[in-house]
Amino acid sequence: MSELHPLDAAGIEAAVAAAVRAFDAATTLEELKVARLAHTGDKAALTLANRGIGALDGPDKAAAGKLLGGARASIGRALAARTSVLEAERDARVLVEEAVDVTLPVLRAPLGARHPLETLQEHMCDIFVGMGWEVAEGPEVEAEWFNFDALNFDPDHPARAMQDTFFVAPRDDGGAGAGASATSGIVLRTHTSPVQVRAALERKEALVEEGRGIYVICPGKTFRTDELDATHTPVFHQIEGLAVDKGLTMANLKGTLDHFARALFGPDAVTRLRPSFFPFTEPSAEMDLRCFVCGGSDTACRTCRGTGWIEWGGCGMTHPNVLRAAGIDPDEYTAFAFGMGIERTLMFRHGVKDMRDMVEGDVRFSQQFGMEV
Amino acid sequence: MPKIPLKWLAESVDLVDKAPEAVAAALVKVGLEEEGIHGGGIEHPLVVGRVLSLVKEEQSNGKTINYCRVDVGPEHNDPAGPGHKPDHGTEWPTSRGIVCGAHNFVVGDYVVCILPGGVLPGPFPISGRKTYGHWSDGMICSAKELGLGEDAVPSGTTGGIIVLASPSGESEDLGYAVEDLTPGQDAIALLGLDEKTIEVTITPDRGYCFSIRGIAREYSHSTGAAFRDPAAIELTGTPLDPSDAAFAASSAFPVVIEDEAPIRGKVGCDRFAARALRGFNPSAPSPAWMKRRLEQSGIRSISLAVDVTNYVMLELGQPLHAYDLAKVTAPIVVRRASAGETLVTLDDVTRDLSSEDLLITDSQGGHGKRAIGMAGVMGGLDTEISDETVDILLEAAHFDPITVARTARRHKLGSEASRRFERGVDTALPPVAVERALRLMQEFGGGEVEEVYTDIVNVEPRTAITMAVNFPTTIVGMDFPASEVVASLEMVGCAVLRAGDELTVTPPTWRPDLDSAITLVEEVARLHGYAEIPSVLPVAPPGRGLTHGQKVRRSVARSLADAGLTEVLTYPFMAESRLDECLVPADDKRRRLVRLANPLAGEKPVLRPRVLFTLFDAVKVNLGRGAQDVAVFELGRGYLDTGTGAAGLPAVDGTVTEAELADLDAALPEQLRMAAGIMAGARVPAGWNQKAQPWEWTDALAIVETVAAAAGVSLTRRADAYAPWHPGRAAVFALPDGTPCAHAGELHPKVCETLGLPARSVAFQVLLDPIIAATDGALVAAEAVNPQVLAKEDFAFVVPVAVTAGALVDCVREAGGDLVEDVRVFDVYEGAQVGEGLKSVAVNVRMRATDHTLSAEEVLSVREAVIAAAESEFGAVLRA
Repeated sequence: MSELHPLDAAGIEAAVAAAVRAFDAATTLEELKVARLAHTGDKAALTLANRGIGALDGPDKAAAGKLLGGARASIGRALAARTSVLEAERDARVLVEEAVDVTLPVLRAPLGARHPLETLQEHMCDIFVGMGWEVAEGPEVEAEWFNFDALNFDPDHPARAMQDTFFVAPRDDGGAGAGASATSGIVLRTHTSPVQVRAALERKEALVEEGRGIYVICPGKTFRTDELDATHTPVFHQIEGLAVDKGLTMANLKGTLDHFARALFGPDAVTRLRPSFFPFTEPSAEMDLRCFVCGGSDTACRTCRGTGWIEWGGCGMTHPNVLRAAGIDPDEYTAFAFGMGIERTLMFRHGVKDMRDMVEGDVRFSQQFGMEV
Repeated sequence: MPKIPLKWLAESVDLVDKAPEAVAAALVKVGLEEEGIHGGGIEHPLVVGRVLSLVKEEQSNGKTINYCRVDVGPEHNDPAGPGHKPDHGTEWPTSRGIVCGAHNFVVGDYVVCILPGGVLPGPFPISGRKTYGHWSDGMICSAKELGLGEDAVPSGTTGGIIVLASPSGESEDLGYAVEDLTPGQDAIALLGLDEKTIEVTITPDRGYCFSIRGIAREYSHSTGAAFRDPAAIELTGTPLDPSDAAFAASSAFPVVIEDEAPIRGKVGCDRFAARALRGFNPSAPSPAWMKRRLEQSGIRSISLAVDVTNYVMLELGQPLHAYDLAKVTAPIVVRRASAGETLVTLDDVTRDLSSEDLLITDSQGGHGKRAIGMAGVMGGLDTEISDETVDILLEAAHFDPITVARTARRHKLGSEASRRFERGVDTALPPVAVERALRLMQEFGGGEVEEVYTDIVNVEPRTAITMAVNFPTTIVGMDFPASEVVASLEMVGCAVLRAGDELTVTPPTWRPDLDSAITLVEEVARLHGYAEIPSVLPVAPPGRGLTHGQKVRRSVARSLADAGLTEVLTYPFMAESRLDECLVPADDKRRRLVRLANPLAGEKPVLRPRVLFTLFDAVKVNLGRGAQDVAVFELGRGYLDTGTGAAGLPAVDGTVTEAELADLDAALPEQLRMAAGIMAGARVPAGWNQKAQPWEWTDALAIVETVAAAAGVSLTRRADAYAPWHPGRAAVFALPDGTPCAHAGELHPKVCETLGLPARSVAFQVLLDPIIAATDGALVAAEAVNPQVLAKEDFAFVVPVAVTAGALVDCVREAGGDLVEDVRVFDVYEGAQVGEGLKSVAVNVRMRATDHTLSAEEVLSVREAVIAAAESEFGAVLRA
């Protein structure tokens, strides 16, 4: 290649054009680097021409400097432009190449879950806590007095005859001579109702002295001597409500149940009361929930068996004898109570077919529900 | 629970809508829940047939079938001849051919046949078909196939076919008279199979509803339909009490009530009526309609006299007992049994009697010497009426509900009679029921009813209840006008006197449950209809939300689930051997077990002392169903027999004292709440980007720290040998005050082996109640966040292997003083490079002053202090 003279305007222009062409021809940053070295490196015509400036004098020096400075700037712009284009192409290519399969499993450890009977119980409690009620609890192994006597169960009530109720064995058999009457007086509570009595005893002072009505919800484990099958379990859960105040009525009971039903089953939920009998309430009622699946319109509905109603629990006005046992004057205060099975509620709310799924401890049951119910 | 034939019900009340669903709905409204609707579903032809011939044919499958020719009446019979293929070749008489697999009948018997075109309940449409080498035109029916209860047929024929009548007497039959039966006769009408019955649940307070009379009354209350009391019959004859002067000379049967041990102050029998029927024809059959009603009610027909006692019991609710008068020796004595006394009851079982059992005795062998019945429960075999009894003594009495209930329960002998007496029977019924029953026996079996009869009446009159007329309004929360209150109470049978705003109400004899004003409120409310009660949400006083303990338990459960564990609920029942499997020492506190007096099946007679012990069951279930990695937790209670173990029964009249309540609580076992978990297999399963990471002892310990954090407490830990954990790979955790509250680590290898868990399974258990108690009300005192620059120094100490990391960290922290913010162990090494019996523990100390950046000199002085302390305490040297 012949040497380029620093004042050879046409030659310089051609060299710039050649450089720009070479840059544009580069398809990768590596090719661009080669082109850059070729056209701007130590041996490049323009570089050598630049060095020749020193040999010029006066006005020529200035003219050549201007000429070559312009040429360098042009090449620099072209190089920057091409670099930017090629970098953008490379970046785009890399992002494509780095793409991963986002459908691969990502969880390192399996997720845990709560048991739905527990979360449903918490959900139910929250509804009442939102109304200002308190959540009351009591022992699961309970004195017979709390489980039966204080709840107006006659001493000869069949539930007290070891047919339905688990009794705690008396210590050391209570002495063999004591015969059949030797009992511990302790049972596994057959319902959450004894908590009503405990709650009333604990709060009666505030009731009488401060006029603070008692509004409690009592969830928990309960026990009856049923063998496990699709619809029975010897260990189950109930939630029970008790309100004691001046002037409470069955209309208030109905209002509370309706509110509870709506909170749990949606704004259209309706309850129905039917006369019934429990030792600890008078008047007593069975409580049915309007079928929330078919609304009573489907005679083949599997949730309500075509009846339009789902049996949900028992309720009533607390028997004066129960208030009396807790030291509350039934002539001054009235009270209502209600209770329902949490297993049963879970079964019809979520279509659980078999009670055994809830109690056998197979984690797959809980895992369907996750953290909330 | 009682089954009510609707046609029978309609005799005592007008059915507004005869559809069984409508009747059931009306009864639900007043508190009688429907249990089922029975009957119907059968379509003709279902006819009476007479078996003309019967050939037993053994089949290759070992079964023997009968090829029968049955006369099913001119309308249905095939003409005489060879019949259908494949029964050609034989000249059969006018009849149909039917193959039958049952063997409880013979030629000549009257049976029930469903013929082609008919339908049995199911529905099962019937057609002719070829079977066992014959053409079979339908079926000879069993009770079950017809939808009749098993109780309605003789016990020997369960599974067999129904024999209406067996002229030869060879088959056990239903006792229909041959003259009432004709081949081809409509068997649906005969057996009342088109008639519906509804079964209802009777709550324990409504004994009177165990009768047509009671149900009809309730239906009338529900619908307003006219009620015709079947007990309102004319009474004939002269009742005499044994104390009457005329009694001794009369033909009335002598009866004495000598209850010397009343239960809870109640004499066992307060009314006893007995009346004789002489010259009765013991072989007279019961009328078909009576049999049918009994069958529909689920009671088997036996003989006219027995059928009548059952019929009247079903109709009126009064249990009756018929004695063979010739076998009873006067006087009848009603008394308690004496110790060692026995009675053979009607079911031919010898009963060992208790001194609480009330007996009917007669005086064969001396006054009241021979027991002839358990009062209100079951009669005795000796004096039972038989097919030779011509003179009948009929008893209708009223027994104390508690006496009857205890006897029925003691002997596990629930009967139709005891069911009624337990719930209370109308004390006015005995002479009515006797009259009704003897008239029916006389009508169908002849004989003379004695003019004079015994009727001992010691019934206490009902006490009147006073009630403010607006009381129902104040309780129910809707307005009941005074007139409605009075009318409702009168409708249920009360006598009501009104004086101003006060009512004096005397309940009827059939309502022992009406004993206080509040019970009257229910009557007013249910007659008006619960559906009318308005819905008014009461306003509770502002609440305080969940308690600290409730919130902590929720946080803990949530944190465990977040840690990858799944919550399960196991039964708290346990076999004591589980403690042995878990290597719990004999003197361990956890051996103070709460035992059940009546465990289910007897296999698991104790309550778990700790939740962990039953949680193993859940792990086993999951492993057994194919799970390889299991991580479960449970929040629950563990029970220890630490109380006095004997709870009393204080009064329930409001006089219970604080001391009595404290005694009750002191009797109860300790019932601590706890969280337990077991983890087995992989915490992180092998995957495309990771190797499997097993659950390790560190995970179990870490979970306890997670739980503690959720509860807002920090726990200290140290090594501890505690079953069922590995003695060298488990820790006990303690509250700041030193109270132990948790254990965690690897399970003992022997325990894993015994219980079938994967090797190196890990577990934890945290007692929540002590943690909750320790944190309740405790407020976090916030420290200012320190913005100064952090200084870090690393140390690698070589110490004897016995020196624990915890002790070394404590020592470093102590020596470093206030500037030390945190000490972290970042490496532990044992091996040739540090020498036998030694290990290297590397710690990172993080330091910060509150008000300036630490100078190099300050950092150096901490460093020197730390090295000096470690050396003097553990002989630690810095690793080169």
